[in-house]
Amino acid sequence: MYDVIVIGAGVTGAAIARELSRYEYAGKTAVLERASDICEGTSKANSGIVHAGHDAEPGTLKARLNVLGNRKMEQLSRELDFSFKKNGTLVLCFDEKDRDKLRRLLEKGQQNGVEGLRIIEVQELRAMEPNISDEAVAALYAPAGGIVCPFGLTIALAENACENGVEFHLNTEVLQIERTQEGYLLKTSKGVFESRIVVNAAGLYADALHNMVSERKLNIIPRKGEYCLFDKSAGSYVSHTIFQLPTRYGKGVLVTPTVHGNLMMGPTAVDIEDKEGTNTTGEGLGDLLKRGGLSIQRVPEEKVITSFAGLRAHESSGDFVIGEVEGAPGFIDVAGIESPGLTCAPAIGEYVAEIVQELLPVPKKADFKVHRQGIRAMADADEGERKELIAKNPAYANIICRCELVTEGEIMDAIHRPLGATTLDGVKRRTRAGMGRCQSGFCAPKTVEILARELGTDVGEITKSGGESRFLTGYDKEDIGSA
Amino acid sequence: MDKKADILIVGGGPAGLAAAVAARKDGIENVLVLERDEELGGILNQCIHNGFGLHTFKEELTGPEYAQRYISQAEALGIPCLLHTIVVDISAEKDKKLVTAMNKKDGLFTIEAKAVVLAMGCRERSRGALNIPGYRPAGIYSAGTAQHYVNIEGRMPGKEVVILGSGDIGLIMARRMTLEGAKVKLVAELMPYSGGLKRNIVQCLEDYNIPLKLSHTVIHIDGKERVKGVTVAEVDNNRKPIPGTEEYISCDTLLLSCGLIPENELSAGLGVALNPVTAGPVVNESLETSVEGVFACGNVLHVHDLVDHVSEESYAAGEHAAAYVKEKRSVRAETVAIKCEGGVRYTVPSLLRVEYMEKEQVVRFRVGNVYRNVFLTVYFNDKIVIKQKKRVLLPGEMEQIKLKKSELEKFSDLKSITISIEEE
Repeated sequence: MYDVIVIGAGVTGAAIARELSRYEYAGKTAVLERASDICEGTSKANSGIVHAGHDAEPGTLKARLNVLGNRKMEQLSRELDFSFKKNGTLVLCFDEKDRDKLRRLLEKGQQNGVEGLRIIEVQELRAMEPNISDEAVAALYAPAGGIVCPFGLTIALAENACENGVEFHLNTEVLQIERTQEGYLLKTSKGVFESRIVVNAAGLYADALHNMVSERKLNIIPRKGEYCLFDKSAGSYVSHTIFQLPTRYGKGVLVTPTVHGNLMMGPTAVDIEDKEGTNTTGEGLGDLLKRGGLSIQRVPEEKVITSFAGLRAHESSGDFVIGEVEGAPGFIDVAGIESPGLTCAPAIGEYVAEIVQELLPVPKKADFKVHRQGIRAMADADEGERKELIAKNPAYANIICRCELVTEGEIMDAIHRPLGATTLDGVKRRTRAGMGRCQSGFCAPKTVEILARELGTDVGEITKSGGESRFLTGYDKEDIGSA
Repeated sequence: MDKKADILIVGGGPAGLAAAVAARKDGIENVLVLERDEELGGILNQCIHNGFGLHTFKEELTGPEYAQRYISQAEALGIPCLLHTIVVDISAEKDKKLVTAMNKKDGLFTIEAKAVVLAMGCRERSRGALNIPGYRPAGIYSAGTAQHYVNIEGRMPGKEVVILGSGDIGLIMARRMTLEGAKVKLVAELMPYSGGLKRNIVQCLEDYNIPLKLSHTVIHIDGKERVKGVTVAEVDNNRKPIPGTEEYISCDTLLLSCGLIPENELSAGLGVALNPVTAGPVVNESLETSVEGVFACGNVLHVHDLVDHVSEESYAAGEHAAAYVKEKRSVRAETVAIKCEGGVRYTVPSLLRVEYMEKEQVVRFRVGNVYRNVFLTVYFNDKIVIKQKKRVLLPGEMEQIKLKKSELEKFSDLKSITISIEEE
């Protein structure tokens, strides 16, 4: 019997797990994840923006948790050692007639408690962003806005929760939920779990789980967002995150530097039916480059290194759905976590932990480990640190990913740390091996070999991201029939 | 380990080896080669097909055999090569270059060199850079990665294959995958002409009845975990897919052979000027880059079709680097630019110092389209000095022309050299 089970190891589930791990539960706590790794759903494919908080309607959960989450992010990035930068955001206004809208956005932000907001005129805007579009007439400047590595944040939260005693069960899909006298029985692809309290942080599938225990149905719509990522040589084209006021072209696409120094453009917003429909489309990518291009002088299209799509979990009500489900005591929904969900995650974690405390009050742990050490990246290290790392493990002198300067030492660390990588994508998200301009052309075979060696298996068993995503299908000539 | 070298060569593939051999033969004692892989030979090690060396050795060798000829020469000359060693930074001071590198044995170290030869090769254009829409499953490989798996590891990356791009590696892999038991269903090429050599189209596709569809591209990749199929469509003159021409082809593997990009991150970090057309350094007749004493050769300079040309070019780079170290060619001589016109995309070299050129200077270039029955014309200032009839010029085949020093010296006020393709 578990005290608390969280379903879903995305950023929301990981943040909740970390907050729960501060407490001294008598029983066990666990996270169940259907994918082969943490951070495999919406958390891996989003804008990576720490929103200032001027978008959400005042009074909503989104508004409150956004501002709270934004304020927590810097401190959290120091505790958990992930990449975060407060680069500031700009919302561009392209038409004098739209100044009202800009002012309303300012007021909304002020109501929500966003600090430092102000409207800037075109001269100051140009000084801040020399490559901004000539069409821009003014902008809302939010110095509190920032950028974060979404994998870095999610993985750091999960690792820290794991180190503080939360069990993680991967490849474990919840198929059925039954209410029992003491709590809930979760039938999964990996056996049965029983827990007093269940936290439903299942992202796109939170409605399906909710609907197993409640008559009042939730409906999560996958809203697709496509992105283009540009080479680091275009990374300083803008320095702030650039939004657009809604224009006649619809809701704008953002242009932003990433914490790792790339340039990114996205997302589109199209409601679809398939919750696994993370494919990019010709129309989507074309539309994206056209609309993103409105914000800047020129889109460096020749510098695109990859494109991807993510699905936001949009709930029909429009706000986050967080709280104990009516008629299902001990079953807590954390659903509809779309933008600004990444920003909110640290605040959602605390909020949900408080709800759990009300249901099952226990004291805090005396020995909670606040800090988590990330993987030391050779690319960011100075000469002294590099020499030190190599002295400790010569594998740090063996570069595997040439584009991002990732060494064998880092990949070994990524595999052997808590909740370590078991797939190529897992290594990529933890170390950036394969995220550079050649997109793993050279390093994939080497990384696969290291994975197989360190996990004690054959390279033929290594997958890109679990399931049937194996790299190799067999041996040379084995399919040639004997004459 | 901190040490010195007269000439330091970055890369131990065919380019680096030829440069090293040439420099040593020209009397430079302290030549050092740094190679990132565990053995010398570069990409030739996985090119187990034959057809290498027809120009250089007048016989048909496999890639590893061709590489071994140069490895043996380097060994015989006692040229030291540090393997499994990656260069992380190169910087230039007035008379010396500082090369920072690392390996498991020596850790992080710096080598001071009088001259540096850049010979890092190139990489393949990725799916991301092509921006092909669809899912992101396993089963999408660059042709070179597939070649590594099949030829080095003995492992098959897939059973049913579609190849996008008709570059030489893609054509070679169409044949190789077939020989190893896979079914290659199609090679699709975006352009109305192939990017590969004619002989490879015949020997790798036609001989095995593998269809080649020109003016076609992949517009969707299907399959959430492993590739299940691709949608191919015909493209119009603007390379945009034509609605109604879509065809779904089931397969578990998509190989990409859509061009090679010289790998010049180190060069850019050093401040070497790059030519946007080749993505390689701008060089003069000595294959010297914009940074004095830094030379470039092979596929890092511009992508070649034949390794024989790489060897020839790199041998010259090695000789020039040796001359630089011995003579201290620090005085900047009069430099003439070579201009491209009428469909000539680029030339290597693009700068010429008549004073330092050999009796005959090979100028290599590529054209941007298919040309038939045209004249290749060379102007010194505005005077025609060479006019050659060309039956066919193809984008996939590198061309060359030779300029004579004696001819150039006749022009006392030479301002420009222009290479042009002209109709009759």
